Amino acid sequence: MALLEVENLHVSVEDEDIEILKGVDLTINEGEVHAIMGPNGSGKSTLAAVLAGREEYVVTEGSIRYKGEDLLELEVEERAEEGVFLAFQYPVELPGVSMTNFLREAVNSVREARGEEELGAADFLKLVRERAKLVDLDPDLVKRSVNQGFSGGEKKRNEIFQLAMLEPTLAVLDETDSGLDIDALRTVSDGVNKLRSDERAFLLITHYQRLLDYIEPDYVHVMVNGRIAESGDKDLAIRLEEEGYERFQREPAAA
Amino acid sequence: MSTSETEYLENVANQEYEHGWRTDIESETLPEGLDENIVRYISERKDEPEWLLEWRLKAFRYFERQVEEGNYPDWAHLDYERPDFQDMRYFSAPKEKASYDSLDEVPDEILETFERLGIPLEEQKALTGVAVDAVMDSVSVATTFKKKLKEKGVIFMSFGEAAREHPEIVKKYLGRVVPYTDNLFAALNSAVFSDGSFVYVPEGVTCPMELSTYFRINDQNTGQFERTLIIAEPDSYVSYLEGCTAPMNQKHQLHAAVVELIAHEDAEIKYSTIQNWYPGTKDGEGGVYNLVTKRGICEGDRSKISWTQLETGSAVTQKYPSVILKGDESVGEFYSVAFTKGHQQADTGTKMHHIGKNTKSTIISKGISAGVSNNSYRGLVKVGKNAENARNFSQCDSLLLGDQCGAHTFPYIEIGNPSAKVEHEATTSKVGEDQMFYCHQRGLGEEEALKLIVNGFCQEILAELPMEFAVEAKELLAIELEGSVG
Ligand SMILES: Nc1ncnc2c1ncn2[C@@H]1O[C@H](COP(=O)(O)OP(=O)(O)OP(=O)(O)O)[C@@H](O)[C@H]1O
Ligand SMILES: [Mg+2]
Repeated sequence: MALLEVENLHVSVEDEDIEILKGVDLTINEGEVHAIMGPNGSGKSTLAAVLAGREEYVVTEGSIRYKGEDLLELEVEERAEEGVFLAFQYPVELPGVSMTNFLREAVNSVREARGEEELGAADFLKLVRERAKLVDLDPDLVKRSVNQGFSGGEKKRNEIFQLAMLEPTLAVLDETDSGLDIDALRTVSDGVNKLRSDERAFLLITHYQRLLDYIEPDYVHVMVNGRIAESGDKDLAIRLEEEGYERFQREPAAA
Repeated sequence: MSTSETEYLENVANQEYEHGWRTDIESETLPEGLDENIVRYISERKDEPEWLLEWRLKAFRYFERQVEEGNYPDWAHLDYERPDFQDMRYFSAPKEKASYDSLDEVPDEILETFERLGIPLEEQKALTGVAVDAVMDSVSVATTFKKKLKEKGVIFMSFGEAAREHPEIVKKYLGRVVPYTDNLFAALNSAVFSDGSFVYVPEGVTCPMELSTYFRINDQNTGQFERTLIIAEPDSYVSYLEGCTAPMNQKHQLHAAVVELIAHEDAEIKYSTIQNWYPGTKDGEGGVYNLVTKRGICEGDRSKISWTQLETGSAVTQKYPSVILKGDESVGEFYSVAFTKGHQQADTGTKMHHIGKNTKSTIISKGISAGVSNNSYRGLVKVGKNAENARNFSQCDSLLLGDQCGAHTFPYIEIGNPSAKVEHEATTSKVGEDQMFYCHQRGLGEEEALKLIVNGFCQEILAELPMEFAVEAKELLAIELEGSVG
């Protein structure tokens, strides 16, 4: 069943008169893994931000349906409660806010929305240990302030750790592989693979075909200049690696 | 900023004060106005020794001169109408008694008042491990755990009692650190102070529990002038906390307290404040003027004084809890969170005066402003010419909630010895849209997210509060931030 249906999505920046997304169509079914590649500035992060509900982007045309409902009607936190998760390209630091407090609030608000009971302290800590292990996150990081002073790679790993804690239905990973060393890339990918399931879908934004060797996608899309220029299977990524984006950019934009 | 966030912050800024009710109790109150007779009356009602009356009168004359000469301390970044000293009352006591010898004598209404404020005075119900004194208007109501403290030789009682029972100690130290000539409000307090707390910790004694005083203004239009004196003899330790609330009142009320701390050799005093006086209405009507002089002296070598304050109340706050670092290797600390919203104004900070050698001071100040409030840090680090190797570290961070409030930092540094090392850092930030978005993306609503971020911002300071009160402080901050999200 279609989990996410993006149709003819046009997006502009709130105050300025620039259109960033110029008619994106994308359908993701439950359990599928989709990858989006494309040159810098083509609109990949913008799409991710619009899915998560960032207010500075305005949808001027088109629609997004999630689980059959209008996603654009929901507040940011409501989307999170409904299972939309965004692993940030640039995770945000929250000085003085302990990871533990932050995660407990997050886990419990998502659980409450699903009609589940709040996790007690012992169960919560057990879950933390288990999921930290899944992505090989240094347990000491959980004792620190959210992302504060984390290395680039630690921040990325922390995003996947939160993904594992919150068990979303649609996980959008914005360049999670950038800044990870080779071993980290492998452990994080293993973690993601373990989290794959029939209900959970992934949208991977990446610049590197290598990630897709580890996490095998069902579909690969190329975003160029605010549109999906081509879609295919994982072989498309291999072709892109060899040819680059030049041929898309030379083509005049389709009407 | 998103509209829901703006609405939420407006709610925060308009939050009602929850301790605004008044206890109906018959009280004996002096008429408005101030003259020598009022000073004499207060002293007489409190059965004070002659020397204390004389001291009050000297202070009063000094105060009168300051008023005549117009020496009002108006240099702070504050904008308010000066209090009219003839238009307020200086003494108010429950009708039948001006002091109580035991809890049994305290009227039920007063016990209930404190119960309702979450401060149970009956010993079996009292917070475990915390001795409490409660001062309502001009009178100390009850001091708990007296016996247990006595076994250790710790004296913890109301100031009035101490003046009668331990005159030699009171006489020796009263006005030593804050002389009545210090400023107009210190002079006024010295003339008309009604009660307050007295703590004496003998040599070598670690006070076995937290000591705490709750100040409550109840009567309308009565000023609150309490006086606190804490003496830590060599090698002793004490941790003391004061809390304050007041009913809503259309008129501004004056609170002009004086606190003096004396730490002898190797002694340590930790002084914490949770200040939640009535801040006035959301339109800026009424509220307490909190104009307070607090100072400690590290008299002996290796002594330490640490001030921690959480300031959330009052219409106007002006206070600079300070430390005179006289002993060699003595340590002074100032940790502060000042939260202003609505029309509140705060000008607060500290003065660290390094005199001894190898003295060290730390200043960490966190200002949070919302609504149309104004929040200033003002601090002086002064290194005397003989203070070899003095060290200071200051950090002042401001967090703005919304864009109509103000945050200011006024750091002053005077260095008289070239070996001094003084560091100052200051930051101002707005609760970032990125931070809020990150929290929302993880399922947190406006209120939860803001609470987390503000608590995180104050974390270092809250961690300095005695454990028994850290929870209370967090709850107070949460209440300050609470509001229904639009
Ligand atoms: N808030 C904004 N204001 C103005 N321009 C914006 C804003 N957000 C995005 N843009 C512009 O929109 C375009 C798409 O940005 P986006 O971040 O989505 O690209 P991307 O595909 O994720 O690129 P990268 O691969 O470099 O991460 C860029 O030209 C960017 O400058
Ligand atoms: Mg991007």
